[in-house]
Amino acid sequence: MTAELTAPIILPFLAAALAMLAWRWVAVQRWIGVTGAAAQLASGIVLLAATREEGVVATQIGSWPAPFGITLVADLLSATMVVITGLLGLAVVAFSFGGLDNRRESFGYYPLLLILLTGIAGAFLTGDLFNLFVWFEVMLIASFVLLTLGGERAQLEGALKYVTVNLVSSALFLSSVGIIYGVTGTLNMADLSERLRDLDEPVLETTVAMLLLVVFGIKAAVFPLFFWLPASYHAPPVVVSAIFAGLLTKVGVYALIRTFTLLFVDDVGFTHGILLVVAGLTMVVGAVGAVTQQDVRRMFSFLVISAVGYMVMGLGLFTAVALGAALFYLFQDAIAKTTLFLVSGLVRWAGGSYRLEDLGGLYRTSPLLAVLFLVPALSLAGIPPMAGFVAKIGLVDAGLAGGQYLVVALSLLASVITLSAVSIAWAEAFWKAAPEGASIRLEDHRARSRGERVSTFVPVMALVAIVVALGLAAQPVLELALDAGAQLMAPEAYLDAVLGTDR
Amino acid sequence: MELILSILVGVLFAAALYTMLRRSIVRLAIGLTLLSHAANLLIFTVSGVSRAGAPIIPDGRETPLIGSSDPVPQALILTAIVISFGVLAFLLVLIKRVYQSVGTDDSDELTSTER
Repeated sequence: MTAELTAPIILPFLAAALAMLAWRWVAVQRWIGVTGAAAQLASGIVLLAATREEGVVATQIGSWPAPFGITLVADLLSATMVVITGLLGLAVVAFSFGGLDNRRESFGYYPLLLILLTGIAGAFLTGDLFNLFVWFEVMLIASFVLLTLGGERAQLEGALKYVTVNLVSSALFLSSVGIIYGVTGTLNMADLSERLRDLDEPVLETTVAMLLLVVFGIKAAVFPLFFWLPASYHAPPVVVSAIFAGLLTKVGVYALIRTFTLLFVDDVGFTHGILLVVAGLTMVVGAVGAVTQQDVRRMFSFLVISAVGYMVMGLGLFTAVALGAALFYLFQDAIAKTTLFLVSGLVRWAGGSYRLEDLGGLYRTSPLLAVLFLVPALSLAGIPPMAGFVAKIGLVDAGLAGGQYLVVALSLLASVITLSAVSIAWAEAFWKAAPEGASIRLEDHRARSRGERVSTFVPVMALVAIVVALGLAAQPVLELALDAGAQLMAPEAYLDAVLGTDR
Repeated sequence: MELILSILVGVLFAAALYTMLRRSIVRLAIGLTLLSHAANLLIFTVSGVSRAGAPIIPDGRETPLIGSSDPVPQALILTAIVISFGVLAFLLVLIKRVYQSVGTDDSDELTSTER
């Protein structure tokens, strides 16, 4: 299993090193970038097939037996997230060919993006809490540089906020790791799961649980901790925003799901009750924030926050079906969010601006773009037959079954507000008459070469096709998500895979 | 010894937060440095302070001697120090660039991303 589990981490890392060697040849870097991301996608698919067949798979790095060495472990959730990472990485790299200015491309964009993909896959696959911290840092340092690449004023200001918040979160993460090690003497997550079950220190355990909730809550951008996200995600070029929006908050959500299904399950009434409160507020506040925005990228940033609320809601309900629905939501939302940010880049070229008041009449000039915008936007709002609808109906169903009527009501309210936000944006950008001066900007659009248009439109069309397929043929992916949810609720398979059956 | 170190950790966390809440972005960097020191010292303290010897396995034995000190927290701290060194170096350059581009070190002036 070692090769399957290490390949999604090593392959993009190797590609990053190669791309750095080709520093002066941007065209070479591009193809190394595509190859690296495609290799990650392919190895992710192999890993997913293996977890489909054999259940949870694990390997001990350097053959140090768990819990002493570092374990890599993949269940259905991890493997699917790796596949999505590779897929979005590939789409974003391909979009960058024509969608990123040459100056940024030649200052290490491709190596950094590949390092980011490495860090994300590492975070999904590790079975060790301290190693998770290290992968977070790998991911963060790459994201810091990607965010500032180009050095515009808004980028620098956004980056300062992003860096500060993430460093605070890292320090808290380190503190909680220290406390956990001091109390239990282990950092292997499977071993921790067993030791925390037997530990008779409810106060310390809840303290650590809350510390990690804050840490991963900052990364995931949940309700009171999300302010850094709309202040920074719209500042960098759209390719960078797209990969951040699709994957980085999802790593936080993944870490929340992992810790609150594997480690902190002794006092579900308290911890998961807090998660439900946080989820309800995140959904509504994110959606309300989105309605008020004029800049489409800022609007989508708020929708990233709102979507995190739905995933945390599934975790807070804490049943296999609710988790399954939340994971399905997670899978489709990662793809839809990246697509929307890439589409906002296309809108910028077609209409000359990101701001709704400066846009208009794009339906006349670019009907294809109108469809590419509408499909993922409707999926976010949860309109049938889109994938978002399937996920939300699952969550609402699970919420009603669990008697959590308030959070269900909030989730429906947030859906309505999201729908109004995206329909206002669509109508403003595509339907209303073009404002004065817009026709001059259209000239720059025509100046874009055919190659640039192909390299930007094809990845977006492929992603939109996947979003549509996830809705129309939801069954296989939904089954995968439900199986993954069931696996999370029954961690014995995870423990057996990591620690062996003869414990 | 644990008591003194615990108090020191608390003081460091408090000082870090106070410094970070000041308006100057240079103080922000100092605050973040203190914060990472506080976290490292916390790991050191909670995993037990001892004067025991190095955990080196003598010839002819399979396990370290009873009472030797635990190497894991030190490895964690070492890793964390290296990471925070890299990140703080980046932060210092970022702060310099922000200062050059905005023309002030007052964090209340950093509002161009809020519109």
